[in-house]
Amino acid sequence: MAKTVVLERKPLSLSERTYLPQIATGLKTTFSNMFKPKVTLQYPDEKPRIPQNYRGVPTLVKDPNGREKCVSCQLCEFVCPPKAIRITPGSVPEGDETREHVEKAPEEFEINMLRCIYCGYCQEVCPEEAIFLQDEYSSSGYTREEMVNNKEKLYELGGTLPDPHYKWDKKKDAEKAGNSH
Amino acid sequence: MISKNKGETVSIVLDGKEVEVPAGINLVDAAALFKKEIPHYCYHPQLSVAGNCRMCLIEMGTPMRDRGTGEPVLNEDGIQKIGWVPKPVIGCATTVSPGMHVKTISDKVTDCREGIMEFLLVNHPLDCPICDQAGECRLQEFATDYGRGYSRYVERKNVKPKRTRLGPRVTLDDERCILCSRCIRFSQEVAKDDVLGFVDRGSYSTLACFPGRELENNYSLNTVDICPVGALTSTDFRFKMRVWFLKEAPSICTESSAGCNILVSSREGEIHRITPKRNDKINDSWMTDSGRVLYKQVRSDDRLLKPQIRQEETTLEEAISSAVQTLKGKKLAVVGSCNSTLEEFYLLNRLTKAVKAKKYLRGHFGEDDGILLSADRTPNLRGSLLSGFSSVYPKDNLSKLYNDLKKGTVDTLLVLNEDLLSSGVEAESLMGVPVVYMGTHAHATSEIAEVTIPTLTSFEKRGTFVNRSFFAQGFAQAVPGPAGLLPDTHILCKLLTGLDEECKLSPDLSLIWKNLSSPPKSPFKGMTFTDALRGSLKIDGSKWDELPFVEKKALHFESPSKIAQNS
Repeated sequence: MAKTVVLERKPLSLSERTYLPQIATGLKTTFSNMFKPKVTLQYPDEKPRIPQNYRGVPTLVKDPNGREKCVSCQLCEFVCPPKAIRITPGSVPEGDETREHVEKAPEEFEINMLRCIYCGYCQEVCPEEAIFLQDEYSSSGYTREEMVNNKEKLYELGGTLPDPHYKWDKKKDAEKAGNSH
Repeated sequence: MISKNKGETVSIVLDGKEVEVPAGINLVDAAALFKKEIPHYCYHPQLSVAGNCRMCLIEMGTPMRDRGTGEPVLNEDGIQKIGWVPKPVIGCATTVSPGMHVKTISDKVTDCREGIMEFLLVNHPLDCPICDQAGECRLQEFATDYGRGYSRYVERKNVKPKRTRLGPRVTLDDERCILCSRCIRFSQEVAKDDVLGFVDRGSYSTLACFPGRELENNYSLNTVDICPVGALTSTDFRFKMRVWFLKEAPSICTESSAGCNILVSSREGEIHRITPKRNDKINDSWMTDSGRVLYKQVRSDDRLLKPQIRQEETTLEEAISSAVQTLKGKKLAVVGSCNSTLEEFYLLNRLTKAVKAKKYLRGHFGEDDGILLSADRTPNLRGSLLSGFSSVYPKDNLSKLYNDLKKGTVDTLLVLNEDLLSSGVEAESLMGVPVVYMGTHAHATSEIAEVTIPTLTSFEKRGTFVNRSFFAQGFAQAVPGPAGLLPDTHILCKLLTGLDEECKLSPDLSLIWKNLSSPPKSPFKGMTFTDALRGSLKIDGSKWDELPFVEKKALHFESPSKIAQNS
């Protein structure tokens, strides 16, 4: 065991006993900060700048033509570690003119934000680039049900993102020009 | 198709190792015996060999002999030279022969597989995200195992129709088809309904039905099962659930006495589909379409979920004790059901013995299709004979019970799963006759019952069915039953204890099997429930050969009278 060494305390000097030098040093720090620019953010009146690649609330996005990209392959549901995602797959009837060449789309898509851990696996696994964790970070509600984002809410949060693929347009072109027989 | 061999074996050299394999089998099966995979699409062990996918290309050679003299050609070191066939051969159409040399792994074979995979993927749409086959797709599996890993194809892919209706239950996605022709051969050889064929040539080749025909036979969904890719999809299961969520549990089909082995796929206790399970003694790899929809009755609207006393909901304990009060000391008649398991029949038989009740049984019959839908539309008629519950062949009505009710020799009824009013029993004869009903679904009899005790479907309980060839097949629980309900065996044991306090039987199935196999002349001698779960147990049913069984000659089944004539 280490031996305890008792240090002898030196008696305080006169200036130390008055506390005045210490108070002056403290005030110096106070006054110097008073005239520096403010760093505190007045949240929620002021919102922070969200950096690129920030992982906020998961959302569903549409392509610039306003078409649904998700095909309900349920890979995000499979990969989701806390099982926050729940998809009810549905088939798109033939002859739906707004959704040509689409065969499958989610009938319902729910993400339980009480379960979500913002890991971003769903975005990473999505083969259709339809789910993104964007810059929305604050979600609140009064009940548990309110904290479950349904398909409508997810598309509202997601909006439209630039899309390099235009998958459905390509399908249409392929059929038109195509090697169909 | 594997040709018949009579226990003979031949020795071949598989990847440099000498092995013994059964004579007459092909190289794909021979390699599989030694855990070596030869990838294949068109070959199916229960169909004829087409050899058109070329995926099973391997290297083959035979020991060399001099053409003139027939003398073995030797190396410098005195070992017989191997004459390797200069080009690869297909494993599925090559039968093993003595001394044959086979290479399943070599640079040439790898090259072949990469080439074939590349060609197969040239016009494949790669729509795995929306393809129902994804997760159990041979194309996906072999592309990752044997494929090149990248595509060199820059031209535009062929466009073919995406959702063609082939029949009422089958949807075809032409783009995904790799033209293996398994479905065509199945329709010709097993279903005997030759409606499918390829039209057009080259990469425009397309699977189609003959004009004016549809793929509508009762075996059409087997083509979906054997389709190695997602071209043929089940219209019922299409886009319902991804296969990687599904938990598969083996079970037995209850549609008819054929007793098909099935796999029940469920997610979180909800069944999504039923597919056949291979059993070469019973159903090969097939089952009927009509048997696949039986899972729908598990969550149907008329399912009984709550025990009732005079149509008032109650608890299970109260319902059982009320049933005991109703049945006690009366002229009781027990109406069994051929849908009950062997173990339930045994307990029911014990119950009738304990209270000296009369026994009635009704059969359900239909048309025999000569394959896997037998004329006896109940899974366990032979179980009623083997358990001793019944010794005569049941008729398709209960008019005997009706007569006894009219005569007054019966004044209380315990009915299992059978609707009396549609079985020839008139409603007025049931006036003042209290009925205790145990069953899964509501119908006219459950509505007039004094006490209704809901029971479990075969997917939710364990048990044994004895099929038309007297194969006893055990099945385990595939999905959990509705909350608050007990398996039929538990309820029967409670009733039995209530009616006869000295009779203490356990609802444990292995103990029931012990009782079943203990009598000296028991047909179940030396068998246990675990054996029945593991595989189909052949039971000697010759004692009942004289009974007028309605089944006709079918797949893996000869009617006993026919056998008697032949011998």
